Amino acid sequence: MTALGYNFGYLDENTKRMIRRAILKAVAIPGHQVPFGAREMPLPYGWGTGGIAVTASIIGTADTLKVIDQGADDTTNAVSIRRFFAKVTGVATTERTGEASIIQTRHRIPETPLRQGQILVYQVPMPEPLFRLEPRLAETRRMHALADYGLMHVKLYEDIARHGHVAISYGYPVLVGGRYLMSPSPIPAFDNPKMDRMPALQLFGAGREKRIYAVPPYTSVRSLDFEDHPFVPVRADAACALCQSRESYLDEVVVDDQGGRMFVCSDTDYCGTRQSHREAAE
Amino acid sequence: MAYVAVKGGERAIEAAHAWLAEERRGDPALAELSLAQIEAQLGLAVDRVMAEGACHDRGLAALAIKQSRGDLIEAAFLLRAYRTTLARFGASEPLDTGAMRIRRRISATYKELPGGQVLGPTFDYTHRLLDFALAAEGAPPPPAPRAAAAEATMPRVTGILAAEGLMAPEPASEAEPGDLTREPLAFPADRALRLQALARGDEGFLLSLGYSTQRGYGNAHPFVGEIRMGAVTVEFAPPELGFAIELGEITVTECQMVNQFAGSKTEPPQFTRGYGLVFGHGERKSMAMALVDRALRAEELGEAVDAPAQVQEFVLLHCDNVEATGFVEHLKLPHYVDFQSELEKLRELRATAQMAGQREAAE
Amino acid sequence: MTAADPSPGLTPGFAAPVPAAQSCFRALLEAMSRPGLIQTLTALPEAPAPLAPAAAAAILTLADADTPVWTDAGPAAEAWLRFHAGCPLVADPAAASFLLATASPPDLALPDAGTEEEPHRSATLVLQVAALEAGAGWTLSGPGIETTHRLHAAGLPAGFAAAWAANAARFPRGVDLVLCAGDSLAALPRTTRLEETR
Repeated sequence: MTALGYNFGYLDENTKRMIRRAILKAVAIPGHQVPFGAREMPLPYGWGTGGIAVTASIIGTADTLKVIDQGADDTTNAVSIRRFFAKVTGVATTERTGEASIIQTRHRIPETPLRQGQILVYQVPMPEPLFRLEPRLAETRRMHALADYGLMHVKLYEDIARHGHVAISYGYPVLVGGRYLMSPSPIPAFDNPKMDRMPALQLFGAGREKRIYAVPPYTSVRSLDFEDHPFVPVRADAACALCQSRESYLDEVVVDDQGGRMFVCSDTDYCGTRQSHREAAE
Repeated sequence: MAYVAVKGGERAIEAAHAWLAEERRGDPALAELSLAQIEAQLGLAVDRVMAEGACHDRGLAALAIKQSRGDLIEAAFLLRAYRTTLARFGASEPLDTGAMRIRRRISATYKELPGGQVLGPTFDYTHRLLDFALAAEGAPPPPAPRAAAAEATMPRVTGILAAEGLMAPEPASEAEPGDLTREPLAFPADRALRLQALARGDEGFLLSLGYSTQRGYGNAHPFVGEIRMGAVTVEFAPPELGFAIELGEITVTECQMVNQFAGSKTEPPQFTRGYGLVFGHGERKSMAMALVDRALRAEELGEAVDAPAQVQEFVLLHCDNVEATGFVEHLKLPHYVDFQSELEKLRELRATAQMAGQREAAE
Repeated sequence: MTAADPSPGLTPGFAAPVPAAQSCFRALLEAMSRPGLIQTLTALPEAPAPLAPAAAAAILTLADADTPVWTDAGPAAEAWLRFHAGCPLVADPAAASFLLATASPPDLALPDAGTEEEPHRSATLVLQVAALEAGAGWTLSGPGIETTHRLHAAGLPAGFAAAWAANAARFPRGVDLVLCAGDSLAALPRTTRLEETR
């Protein structure tokens, strides 16, 4: 029991066991969405309950937790979730990607490559990659069973015919292990290549939609594309105004009402580390 | 110019919550609301929060209403988030609403019926004129006249119809019903699961859906067979005892809608039933639930499924206001990474379109 | 389930159930994510023979009243599982969520392998083997494995590799395995390809 009168990690042991069973099956069937009895959490549905349920079920006293939202450790929702876990588990928290054993994220994959033994927990709003094309779950479940992803291929093809490009910029669908079509959660398509054969374990929790799925380490994750229209990750063609990175994903910051703007890294830890290295070198 | 990223999320959150606490209390010169006052004088709000919070506890519902500043969806969420932390001891015996200690019971299908019509504490037939006397905070109202309570339990209207063979029987089952709090809904969902989802569903959403079935979206011809509200006994049979013990009693409202059914190849024309049951005195909700329940039976009765209220996935996956409010309100969270990727994509698409336009002009 | 004194004759379960289940689960998660890699458990229950500590810990971590368990481990083990995990025990291997085999493993075709639409509704087999040894035996590949792993599981019947290939062939349906020896375990999810090295 923690000081609050709740179990370690907030969830009761029965709920954790149910979620743990779902996680193991998700790992055994990469990319397949496993339904689970999601519980109401003390944060609203849509605000990371699935990721929180997954983290709460795996976390232990030996862990160090990092929480990011939009790549940043200091966004209000990241702060709120980090505080929640500090309260209900007392585990160490960090802002350093390299020091974390569990990283819970919303909408980004850290720029610093993840390593073996780390776990990346994604908060997922809509786990079904086909939901904009087919909202009926009974139908999409059948499509996954048959690996019938024609609907998505047609959508991408029509985009190319109409615009010359695939018009999906985030939540870009991927094929996992050559079998399951999967939503990478609303990360920018820029982050998709990081998922492929990542040494860390990737777990995905969708609380409101009550689904858990996973990508084991070193598993193929391919962004859907066509031979003559290969997948191209997009980032702003600029350098970070703070650390000068030309590799990282950038946020556009509007600085005045005259159309002035600048670009800075979305990953605050990556950017801060680069800045301090530059200062040390000077 | 130097750019400094905005920091201090933690301090901002703490300050906002302090402000919220201040607003909640309001003018400290006024007396603070007690939970007992909320429970006693805002009883229907308490009932609604218990129903949508899926947790029968009047005191906690009153606390949730106070904490949420009267935002009933927020209050239902607070109660749900509390409920989910409770240990499960098991399932109660089915409630016997036939043995209800009735405080209100009306039927629209029969003028007279055994047990009679009991209006009870209802807004019906009140004139909706603001009662300025209530603003004056005077003495309590004089006691209402009491009739002798009906001795016998009141027979159900649907039972009267069934005796004549006019009401489609509900198949009895001893099977353990599913539990949507343990296993997420899968489709098609059986009626027990549908009713569970509707019972905790948002009153406003169900009200509008039920209304839509009356206006031609779904072929409904409903009559209020019966609405009854009163106290029922809750019993629990611990496995180690082997028999049921009484835990106490709760107030529930039950609505049975009687609907025409044209019959099918295998079934003669008869009446069918839509069913609604909610915690507390929740008449509007129970009626809306019964309308939507009947609409959702379209498929099993071989009727066309073409109105929103008849589509299981649409109704059941969108009726929960705790889920709905979370996802709608999550749009407040920062989305600037996705928005940035949309900006880049839009610029790319526009550049491509512009180049194509220039090429065409040159040709 | 509980750290309270068990009924007479029963050995204790986890000494500290919450942290023990967490650390054992993480070992299982790591094992399932990195197939064939041997994990050593640190928090172990005192299970009666013939249960190996790791196998008993795995069941205690994952099974409860919602998951029927099949086992060949005999009455003492059954009483222990019933008390500490609270799981129903079933005689039909096809009806079990978990199968705990201490002698020769059940035919891999018998347990529930899920459906094409719901492949996660499949059984997990916890098999006790004589020994687990890294760097020898099978060559493993598939998701979770960077290139290849070697794992030797002593005491599995001849023909196991062929039965495993048949299990993999029905993907996404299939069963998943946790191999246990003493206080260590390794997992084979249905995606792992297994070659017998000569």
